[in-house]
Amino acid sequence: VPGRGAGPELRGLDALRAMWRIRAFEERVGALARGDEVHGLVHLSVGQEAVAVGACGQLRADDVVYSGHRAHGHALAKGAEPARVLAELMGREGGLCRGLGGSMHLVDVEHGFYGATGVVGGNVPLALGSALAARLLGSDAVAVVFFGDGAVQGGIFVESVNLATLWRLPVILVCENNGFAEFTPRSAHTSVERVSDVVAPYGLERETVDGNDLVAVHEAFGRFLSAARGGGGPLLLECLTHRLRGHYEGDPDRYREAIADEEWRQLDPILRFQRRGAEEGWLDEDGAARLEQEARAEVEEAVRAARESPFPSVSLTAELAYA
Amino acid sequence: MAHELPYIAAIEEAIREEMERDETVLYFGQNIATHENDPFLKQFGGDRVRVTPISETAEIGMAVGTAIAGYRPVVELYMAEFMLVAMDQVVNEANRFHYMSAGQVKVPVVLKAGYGFTAGWAGQHTGSIYGMFMGVPGLKVAVPATAADAKGLMTAAIRDDNPVVYFHHYLLTLEHGEVPDGEHVVPLGEANVVREGGDVTIVAIGWLVGKALAAAEQLAAEGVQAEVIDPRTLAPLDTGTILESVAKTGRLVVVDQSTRHGSAAAVIAAEVASEGFSSLKAPVRLVTALDATIPYSQPMEEYLLPDEAKIVDAVRQALDSAPVNA
Repeated sequence: VPGRGAGPELRGLDALRAMWRIRAFEERVGALARGDEVHGLVHLSVGQEAVAVGACGQLRADDVVYSGHRAHGHALAKGAEPARVLAELMGREGGLCRGLGGSMHLVDVEHGFYGATGVVGGNVPLALGSALAARLLGSDAVAVVFFGDGAVQGGIFVESVNLATLWRLPVILVCENNGFAEFTPRSAHTSVERVSDVVAPYGLERETVDGNDLVAVHEAFGRFLSAARGGGGPLLLECLTHRLRGHYEGDPDRYREAIADEEWRQLDPILRFQRRGAEEGWLDEDGAARLEQEARAEVEEAVRAARESPFPSVSLTAELAYA
Repeated sequence: MAHELPYIAAIEEAIREEMERDETVLYFGQNIATHENDPFLKQFGGDRVRVTPISETAEIGMAVGTAIAGYRPVVELYMAEFMLVAMDQVVNEANRFHYMSAGQVKVPVVLKAGYGFTAGWAGQHTGSIYGMFMGVPGLKVAVPATAADAKGLMTAAIRDDNPVVYFHHYLLTLEHGEVPDGEHVVPLGEANVVREGGDVTIVAIGWLVGKALAAAEQLAAEGVQAEVIDPRTLAPLDTGTILESVAKTGRLVVVDQSTRHGSAAAVIAAEVASEGFSSLKAPVRLVTALDATIPYSQPMEEYLLPDEAKIVDAVRQALDSAPVNA
């Protein structure tokens, strides 16, 4: 898929590898959660991989990314090492945050991942601050914040959109609209169908795309990224997507009907991109299977490494009480 | 050498000097820098001095974002209560980032919040709400009582690598005081023994430090020597200085404008009861606001609040109490 989008060129095999890494990681975390090796609350992003990869795949290390509670995919796509993310989820010293943050508070400063938050929408304004800082420093770095459609009904979202447009901050707001705010369908928490319509009066550039189509996400995000790097912003990208699993691992998922297998095969962002690869001639069945196997092997290696990492020392409590 | 300044001017002097010294210091706030002759705007320009919408959540969260990137924002909130609409940012985002990231991130932000305006400002602009913040992990809480401390604590707060909630008392705004010339930094976490005495320890906070000193002078005329301690910061709390004093005097009165059950006084009393019980010769006395909303009407306002006479009464009760270990 050469030459598409205004951002870095989309390299099909790399993007597919990145999506499989997230898929394999999330599925393994689900199994580890059921076996209690990942003992806390986790929210998996299976089905939403194209958004994470389509956006983060074009960013530099000095571009700042924030995410919400469903953050594993964004962290991995921004460059976090799977073994360190997994060790964090297992509460180990070798984790990104030495086991103090867990799934909802992943932070990886080295890769520009400034973290997840457990409060819906809670860090949207932090991205504004990162964007302002980049501008004050004379850098063309941008800030990106991922949030779900549930965050949009909070006052913090409107306050942030207002301030970001007022100050023309280079921040890209990426809404992953999966149709559910935790356990509640969109129809029960707003009368506005499209998130991109919510922000219309502010006059910022906005677009709604098929979030399960990697190429669509990549192209739209690439245009937005060029604009933000060139002094534009803010911008809002709404990605319509589907979360295959429950809100959290263990969610009985009673509030929606399970998607039919065939429908999912049509929707699955990885299978869709593989079909595209086959049509365009840069991927065959063996190649696709090999990428999946490599991703699963990489995750197994991460599990092995995480298991070897000790639990953190209680002395961290006092050491980190204040900066 | 020293110069005399009103409390509010001492705060502004600290912010201005830190902005001159360090280009990473930023100043955000509602209703600041709204005209071109604003002195901060003129001196430092619109990149560093920014008026914000009445959006406390976005304002504080945005400031935190700049702090993470290496800036040192001061956020002007005017009324401490306005922080309550942005509570998630203050007590659940900014304060936890350093710890939860295992030290990858620092959040050097100062939240400047006026409080305690018990001069007819009624129920929502008069609270002494620092007790809500002092037990929040990761936050520091400053409560200056004098012009000198107002400057020294603001300077320390701006230089500190942690989020600091800086509570300045509105009834002290125009109180003049001597401020040391040159660089003046009051370390966060060091109480000040503002008056020495051997008979009773009075710990007083903010505006009430002055009332406690006046009460101590009144008691001195009766032959009672009170030691008056101003904690100056409530987090970290310098319990060591308080315990040392109580070890000497054996009696403690804690004076706090907060509602009793949300007060710093209750925490200080608990620390002394827990760690200094063997020193105590009498029960600890608390002089706080009543557990009620501050009313508008002036006589009622006075009824609810601590004052000099109530402090004197509490000291007398502490002195008259039968020894605990008798």
